Amino acid sequence: MNCRECLDFLSDYRNGELPDEQRAVFETHLSKCPPCRDFLDSYCESIRMAKDCCCPDPDGPVPDKVPDALVNAILKARDASRDS
Amino acid sequence: MSSAPMQLDAAEQALLDSLRAGDEAAYETLVRDFGGPMLAVTRRMLGNEDDARDALQDAFLSAFKAIDRFQGGSKLSTWLHRIAVNASLMKLRTKRRRSERSIEAMLPQYDESGHRVRDNDTWPTDGAIALQRQETRQQVRDAIDELPESYRTVLLLRDIEELNTKETADMLDVSESVVKTRLHRARLALRNLLAETFGTQAE
Ligand SMILES: [Zn+2]
Repeated sequence: MNCRECLDFLSDYRNGELPDEQRAVFETHLSKCPPCRDFLDSYCESIRMAKDCCCPDPDGPVPDKVPDALVNAILKARDASRDS
Repeated sequence: MSSAPMQLDAAEQALLDSLRAGDEAAYETLVRDFGGPMLAVTRRMLGNEDDARDALQDAFLSAFKAIDRFQGGSKLSTWLHRIAVNASLMKLRTKRRRSERSIEAMLPQYDESGHRVRDNDTWPTDGAIALQRQETRQQVRDAIDELPESYRTVLLLRDIEELNTKETADMLDVSESVVKTRLHRARLALRNLLAETFGTQAE
């Protein structure tokens, strides 16, 4: 396996979906190839950062509650859509 | 009429009966009791408060229209979650990108000997980049928004909403292998974009 082929396995490896034999080959390559290890780290870190950034801001508005103004807007839009 | 196994508890069934009877108060209850998690979905998917609120409104209008057809084959919250995801997808599609970079331009490049052309390919991966900072969160969000739409959508559904491959394929009406390929390329592209933002040229 070369570095380019290694790349194709990253996603399945990260998802825990790589069959045992392929995983063994992949991990052998990683053990000998620091650049691919770094690449895997940053690949996984990217997913974590994406996840974190999309989760509610701890300093932001109270999560899991629809603001009153929006509740009213939705109910009003319902009335409007029924009239049309 | 198909008889899917009922997944509703008594409270949900009572609410559903009131909605179908046209009870005005029941509509407000539905929005207040179920809207919060749906708003969380549209916020995650769209990354922008105005769009998230618009999408929530669209989602509820769809739900109100479809409530008579809801069969109770899933929990009410699950059904509404799906509607919120769909409303977000519609919103994403209507947001035209100024100029979309191709995904190929965001993927790792190789030389003839199969070696990866080094980009800014290291950055601190020990969690040192503090996502508590609003500015940093926005930089990550911008990188997600930079992805071509068909790739961004798969990344959002799989890695953010944590739908599985089949659920994502069904929602987008593509095959599971397409979902897998797009997810991988979206992650690679995102990694490159984050490296451009946070990376330091390796020595
Ligand atoms: Zn390698």
